[in-house]
Amino acid sequence: MSSLQCERCHQAKATVHITDTVPEKTERHLCENCAESEGVIVKHQHPTTNEVLQQFLKHKAASTGHDDLVCPKCSLSFNDFQLKGQLGCPHDYTVFREYLLPLIERAHEGQVRHIGKVPKTAEATVHRQTDLVRLRRELRDAVAGEDYEQAANVRDKIRTLEDA
Amino acid sequence: MNLDDLTRGTGEWLRGEGPLSDVVVSSRIRLARNLAERPFLTTASESDRTEIYRSLASDVTAAGDDDAMFVDLDEADTVDRDFLVERNLISRQHASGNGSRGVSISSRETRSLMINEEDHLRIQGLRSGFQLDAIWEEVNRADDAIAESSPFAFDSQLGYLTACPTNVGTGIRVSVMLHLPGLRLTKEIERVARAARDLHLAVRGLQGEGTEAVGDLYQLSNQTTLGKTEAEIIGAFSTSIIPRIVDYERAARETLSKKQPVRLDDKIWRAYGLLSNARRISSGETHTLLSPLRMGIFMGRFSKFDVKRWNELFLFTQPAHLQKVHGVSMGERERAIARADYLRDRLEAID
Ligand SMILES: [Zn+2]
Ligand SMILES: [Zn+2]
Repeated sequence: MSSLQCERCHQAKATVHITDTVPEKTERHLCENCAESEGVIVKHQHPTTNEVLQQFLKHKAASTGHDDLVCPKCSLSFNDFQLKGQLGCPHDYTVFREYLLPLIERAHEGQVRHIGKVPKTAEATVHRQTDLVRLRRELRDAVAGEDYEQAANVRDKIRTLEDA
Repeated sequence: MNLDDLTRGTGEWLRGEGPLSDVVVSSRIRLARNLAERPFLTTASESDRTEIYRSLASDVTAAGDDDAMFVDLDEADTVDRDFLVERNLISRQHASGNGSRGVSISSRETRSLMINEEDHLRIQGLRSGFQLDAIWEEVNRADDAIAESSPFAFDSQLGYLTACPTNVGTGIRVSVMLHLPGLRLTKEIERVARAARDLHLAVRGLQGEGTEAVGDLYQLSNQTTLGKTEAEIIGAFSTSIIPRIVDYERAARETLSKKQPVRLDDKIWRAYGLLSNARRISSGETHTLLSPLRMGIFMGRFSKFDVKRWNELFLFTQPAHLQKVHGVSMGERERAIARADYLRDRLEAID
C-alpha cells in the first residue's frame, strides 16, 4: 500500500486513499497534489495569516533585544508574546507598538493603518488626528513654498487642535 | 424561547433561499470586539473573565430583540453546545472552551453574540444564500448598540484591538459557504482555489475544521482585516469572487447535463437509493450522499423533495441534532443506526 503510485499523474506516491460508494464502491489512490486539484482535500494555497505570524515570531525571537519589555497593566512581556502569538491587553499595542508594527504589516499585506469603522466615542479623537496629519503637511508645503502668512495661519490651527 | 424550540426548525442559515442559493448555501460576517480597560482573555483571571461575562451579558441582552435567547455555555451540556455548533450559532472553539462564556441568539437565528470566545465579544450575522449586505447592516447595528454601554478597545491607528494581531483593524471575518459538486465532478475545483488565491482569501471545508471538503461544501473567507474598509472587504466578495465562482459552478453543471446526463442522474439516484435504504450510516457518508441531491433539486433532475426538506435532512442527521431529537445521548454506533432509521422514515413519508 505504501509504495502505491498516484493513479492520476502516475508519478508521485499516493498518500490520499478514498473509498467512494457512489456510483459504485471504488477505491482511489491519489497523491496530495492530485487530491487537491480534484477538490478531495483543501490545502492552504499560501500560508495563512497565522502561519505568517508564527514564522515571523520564530525568526524574530532569536534576534531581538527587547524581550524583557513588560506591559505595566497586564505584565505580559514581549517574550511571552513571541512564545504565544497572543497579546495580553489593549495597552500592549502601545507598549510594544514599535516591535509589533512590522509584524502587523506583514500579516496584513503591507497595511498598518485602519481606515474602516470608527466607534462614536473615538470619532472626535480620530478626526482630530487625521486633521493634524493634514495640517502638518499643509504647514510643510507652505514653508517650502515660502508662503509665511499661510504657514502662520496653519500653525495656529495646529496649536488649537493640539491644545484641545 | 429556549434551545428545544430550535429543534423544530432548520434555522436561518439552512433556509435554502436567498440570492444564488443554487451555489451559495449561506453567508456569514463576524466582528471581533474587546472591552477597553480590560485584559484580553489570554491574561484575564477567573474573576476578570466572570466580570467581562456579566457586563457583556447584560449589555448584549439590552441590545438584542425581546425574543432573543441567552445560553450560558459553561452550564450547558455537551450535546447542547454541539447542537449550537452544528447550527453555526457558535464556533467549535467557543463550545469546547472553559470558564464563563455564553451566547445570545436572535429569534430568527440570524444574529448570535458570542461572549468570551477568543475575544470578549464576537458579533455574528448569518443568512441563507448570498446576503452579505443585509448581514452587515444587522451586525453593524448590533455593534453600535452594544458599544453605547460597553466601549470597545480602539486605537486611532490600528482600529479595533484584538488578542491576536492578525484580527486588528476592522476585526471583520466574512465567510461564504459554497456548494460545488459540479466543479468537483468535472475536476475543475482548482479554478476556485486560483480565484481565491488572487484575492488572498482562505478556502476551507465545512465549519472550517480540518481540511476535508465534506459534501462538496467549501468556505471562502478573508484573511486580512486592516487597511481596508468593511465595505471594501465585503465588496470583494460581492462584485468579483462569488459571481465568478457561481458562473464556474453553473457552467460545470451545464456541461455535465449536456455531455454526461446518465452519469449525473446515476449519481443522484444511487445516492437517493442508499440514503433511503441504508441500515446504518455515518454523518460523513450522509453529507457526501446528500450533495448530489441538492444539485439535482436545483437542476430540476430530482424532485422527490425540495431544498427545505434537503436542509432538514442535512441538519438533523448531524450527531448532536440526532441526539437532541431522540432525547438521549448515543455513541457513534447507535447514532449510525438511528441516523439510517431517521432517513428511511423521512424519505418514506415523502414518497
Ligand atoms: Zn498525482
Ligand atoms: Zn498588557
